[in-house]
Amino acid sequence: MERLIYLDNAATTKVNPKVLDAMLPYFTEKFGNPSAVYSFAAENKKAITEARESIARVLGANTEEIYFTAGGSESDNWALKATAEAYEKKGKHIITTKIEHHAILHTCEYLEGRGYEITYLNVDENGVVDMEELKAAIRPDTILISVMFANNEIGTMQPIAEIGKLAREKGILFHTDAVQAFGHVPINVDEMGIDMLSASGHKLNGPKGIGFLYIRKGVKIRSFVHGGAQERKRRAGTENVPGIVGIGVAAKLCADTMEERSKRETELRDHLIERVMKEIPYTRLNGHRTRRLPNNANFSFQFVEGESMLIMLDMAGICASSGSACTSGSLDPSHVLLAIGLPHEIAHGSLRLTLGEDTTLEEIDFVVDKLKEIVAKLRSMSPLYEDFISKGKEVVNAD
Amino acid sequence: MYSEKVMDHFQNPRNVGEIEGASGVGTVGNAKCGDIMRIYLDIDENQIIRDVKFKTFGCGAAVATSSMATEMVKGKSVNEALLVTNKAVMEALDGLPPVKVHCSLLAEEAIHAALWDYAEKNHIKIEGLSKPKSDISEGEEEEEY
Repeated sequence: MERLIYLDNAATTKVNPKVLDAMLPYFTEKFGNPSAVYSFAAENKKAITEARESIARVLGANTEEIYFTAGGSESDNWALKATAEAYEKKGKHIITTKIEHHAILHTCEYLEGRGYEITYLNVDENGVVDMEELKAAIRPDTILISVMFANNEIGTMQPIAEIGKLAREKGILFHTDAVQAFGHVPINVDEMGIDMLSASGHKLNGPKGIGFLYIRKGVKIRSFVHGGAQERKRRAGTENVPGIVGIGVAAKLCADTMEERSKRETELRDHLIERVMKEIPYTRLNGHRTRRLPNNANFSFQFVEGESMLIMLDMAGICASSGSACTSGSLDPSHVLLAIGLPHEIAHGSLRLTLGEDTTLEEIDFVVDKLKEIVAKLRSMSPLYEDFISKGKEVVNAD
Repeated sequence: MYSEKVMDHFQNPRNVGEIEGASGVGTVGNAKCGDIMRIYLDIDENQIIRDVKFKTFGCGAAVATSSMATEMVKGKSVNEALLVTNKAVMEALDGLPPVKVHCSLLAEEAIHAALWDYAEKNHIKIEGLSKPKSDISEGEEEEEY
């Protein structure tokens, strides 16, 4: 069996064995419903509280401000829709960005259909929001600013504390989709002025199907799932106890090892970026050079198409992802890459490599070696490259 | 996602390259959509396609359909080559995922565009061949092949 090099940790991560061990008893042994009265189930209730405490500690939040959900998408939906409803008397204007995850963008479209007005902020060539544009977008009827903590494709981190400060000054709620950032970079909801925060378990070596929404005390946000009294009556449904235990342990492990892990990942990431930029010509690094997630690298290779690259990488046992149209199921490449100003054909040639805690230097070197071969092979087949060589001139916008 | 035949043609594409002084060259597709195909034909005086080469910027399906289409027209007469439809290319590849069907259209269009170029250069008319629609910007047409 050929070895597998997994560099798609922004898509999902492997469950940490310690997380799995903590979860397992809650399937067959401690399976009781946490709402039950008998003592057999009491331990499950306690397990949920402990997970909530672990997460609250990581965020500098209060325990009762953490609400478990089925994942990042649900948290995003809840934050936007329920806020919109609860604050509609104040106004119907929401500010977000053009590079949000679809869980935010499609929810915004849904709200637009129900009479809300959404401002989609531009980002610069590195994917960073312009604070002046944000200030100018604020209106008396603005009820919410939702800006992602770190982008899932290009890894760029936003000036979250600045945005939080501004939102607070203006009396506007601030939500951040931190699905890619939580557990990977330090977050403190008080210092950063965050009122709501979405996160997901499977991006931090926890299980899938579990996430949470942090809701600051005092934010009047309505119930999203109606039913029983779980999650302080704000999110009904019998708790996913194994999942909750899993995300709690994963969050704690991530927080405990964050400094060391992020240092290691940053070094490997920088090695990857340096080698690729030096050894593969006509390549662009997408996203901010330094203000990016420790584990994210995103490149555009001119004259080649992303899906072809992915298939060839796959044949070499390497898992990666691309913002090419062929991988999105539409004819347009990634909205994020277009928002940072890439022309379509450059966006089609993008490749995202996201490292994990198991990634080694040797793997990175192997991937770069393979990538060089693959890009060279695809370029030798590319009519765009042929034209470029025969014209012997630089292609515009290609850095 | 892809059939074994598609994967074979993607991994070992047949007839990749260029033909210097080709009888006909056709480029179709659009970099914006992520697919460009260029086909070179070498056609003899008896209107037989002696050689064919291609270059493609695109996904796995685009490369595989280009490769298969070149195999299917090689050695054929100009009129026979016109009968190589996108459906025939797709069938020869044991099918394509529904979202990739447009790639097989490009292969057919690229062959037609190359044949059209050949017909124009030689001031002949090929029965059943109409001017191909091309998304390539006008600037490209000024290039010499």
